[in-house]
Amino acid sequence: MSLTIEQTPTTGDEMIENYTINFGPQHPAAHGVLRLVMELDGEIVERVDPHVGLLHRGTEKLIEHKTYLQALPYFDRLDYCSPLCMEHSYVLAIEKLLNLEVPERAQYLRVMFAELTRISNHMLNLGSHVMDVGAMTPNLWMFELREDCMNFFERASGARMHAAWFRPGGVHQDVPLKLLTDIGDWIDTRLPKLFDDAISLVAGNRIFKQRNVDIATVSKEDAIKWGFSGPMIRGSGIAWDLRKSQPYDVYDRMDFDVPVGTKGDCYDRFMLRVEEVRQSARIIRQCINEMPEGPVCSDDRKISPPKRAEMKQSMEALIHHFKLYTEGFHVPEGSVYVATESPKGEFGVYLVSDGSNKPYRCKIRPTAFSHLQAMEMMTKGHMLADTTAIIGAIDVVFGECDR
Amino acid sequence: MSVHHAAPVYATNKGVAGAIKKALGRSILSVEEAHGEIAVHVVTAKLNEAMRALRDTCDYQQLVEIAGVDWPDRSPRFEVVYCLLSLTKNHRIRVHVATEEEVPVPTVTDIWPVAGWLEREVFDMYGVLFDGNTDLRRILTDYGFSGHPQRKDFPLTGYVELRYSEEEKRVKYEPVELAQDFRSFDFMSPWEGAQYLLPGDEKGEPPKGPPKVDKPKVTPDKSKTGAGPKATKKAAKTSPKNNPEKVKPAPKGAAAKTKANKK
Repeated sequence: MSLTIEQTPTTGDEMIENYTINFGPQHPAAHGVLRLVMELDGEIVERVDPHVGLLHRGTEKLIEHKTYLQALPYFDRLDYCSPLCMEHSYVLAIEKLLNLEVPERAQYLRVMFAELTRISNHMLNLGSHVMDVGAMTPNLWMFELREDCMNFFERASGARMHAAWFRPGGVHQDVPLKLLTDIGDWIDTRLPKLFDDAISLVAGNRIFKQRNVDIATVSKEDAIKWGFSGPMIRGSGIAWDLRKSQPYDVYDRMDFDVPVGTKGDCYDRFMLRVEEVRQSARIIRQCINEMPEGPVCSDDRKISPPKRAEMKQSMEALIHHFKLYTEGFHVPEGSVYVATESPKGEFGVYLVSDGSNKPYRCKIRPTAFSHLQAMEMMTKGHMLADTTAIIGAIDVVFGECDR
Repeated sequence: MSVHHAAPVYATNKGVAGAIKKALGRSILSVEEAHGEIAVHVVTAKLNEAMRALRDTCDYQQLVEIAGVDWPDRSPRFEVVYCLLSLTKNHRIRVHVATEEEVPVPTVTDIWPVAGWLEREVFDMYGVLFDGNTDLRRILTDYGFSGHPQRKDFPLTGYVELRYSEEEKRVKYEPVELAQDFRSFDFMSPWEGAQYLLPGDEKGEPPKGPPKVDKPKVTPDKSKTGAGPKATKKAAKTSPKNNPEKVKPAPKGAAAKTKANKK
């Protein structure tokens, strides 16, 4: 081998090629199993190709093989950070096909627990977002609050995460009065104190602002074109909240504000979620004050099962119980698309029924799908280290994205 | 039909169908309204211009979702459903097109960039092709996966399973072997519910209505019904239900006894 020194280019006209790196699928800042194939020019991101589907479990296929009620717990396992909000879309879709009336107390309970879920989801997201850009303490404090929410879920449904508590026709069980008073106390005392403390550490912090302000700015037009929803579209300055514009359950009676961003950057999205937590607390407070007494599930025995005590007394109740837990209920033919405002954005269910006891097709509209697709649009031209801030501000959970 | 459910409420459907018909003209097949939602069936080849008209003249700015549906017994087998949202009019509609495996659907990625991944997903799950989508790769399934899992004739358990082989030090794909088959119970009463055939399952026509029987089946012997003999008059007389005054004194006597005991 001979050295060809004369052929070696000088430093001045050296061709530097972009190099491609793999981000994930096992990266703590990816919030799950996200694989990003990135092309870098030095430290500047030139191209991003997100590979999703590493957590694909075939939920939609499984649902087609289960009865309507058996399919419900799959929704908890989609976005496992906000399980009750996932169930909300599904039960509303079934109720829309059945045109089933839901008792008022059940509607209040659903709204209240959906908002509690929103708080617990934002605690995780805000905490991990600040951790992705280098702060540690707020995350630990907000996990305390998240743990409180989990305890409330456990007291209502018996499960910390996978509650399966929302049912077609209402909710599974009534909550004890003590739980409502405890949630009220928590909203008034513990939540504002701990949350404001945690946020005060980062909201005005210079380092946090340097990492987030003007990062991944999205214009209004882009936000619409790329199918953004939830905090992502509101961050871009469009006041679009399904709870306000297309109210479901008793959201039309709730008095709350919809925060919007001004610039559409990561800092806006972060601060917007901070304000949403406070607004959710307001909604929960109203729910507790206004909640009427009464049944918590529809009394249509062809759809919602009877109580256990009733089963011991009545032959008819026993028959209904048996039929509902074997055959399940039949849903009239047709299709509906029902979307609710989950903490991450518009979470929709396109449900096709053929008149049988199983969904013919259940298409789940994940929020993260459209947001992740816009990763390249948002990340282009930013530094590699900004990617984590951008993913944090998207608030992606792969259980829901990959289904 | 009055609305009882608590599902999301958006702007009224009144007049929307007429406006859409006017805007889309001949590319429309039909407009249906069911369960309070409007579904527009569009000629597959004219999808792109129809969608453009819906976005520009009817103000449906956002494409929210694309869903595939498999109907094995229909002639164009697949249905692709586009869910559109109008932020200004606060209204939703669905656009349906029907297609075959070999017939590509025109892409809408030039109208909404968000359609890219959504079309990829429909392609991955159903094998529907999208003409003009430059990046039609699989998205949710494994690298190197074959088949389209959401089709109705694709088994729930799939065809291959993978495990890490300690001997070969790599991930191996093997045919699925289950100790017990997936049990799909049919709880449906044969007299009601949907009836459809899956391809490869055409052994005979599904029964329509109740099965015909020559002689209705009855329990042959009275003793086998578990009913027992009829109650006799004597038994009816002693029953506490028929003569309450005879039964009542008993507790009185019992009360007197306890009093006597106390003394």
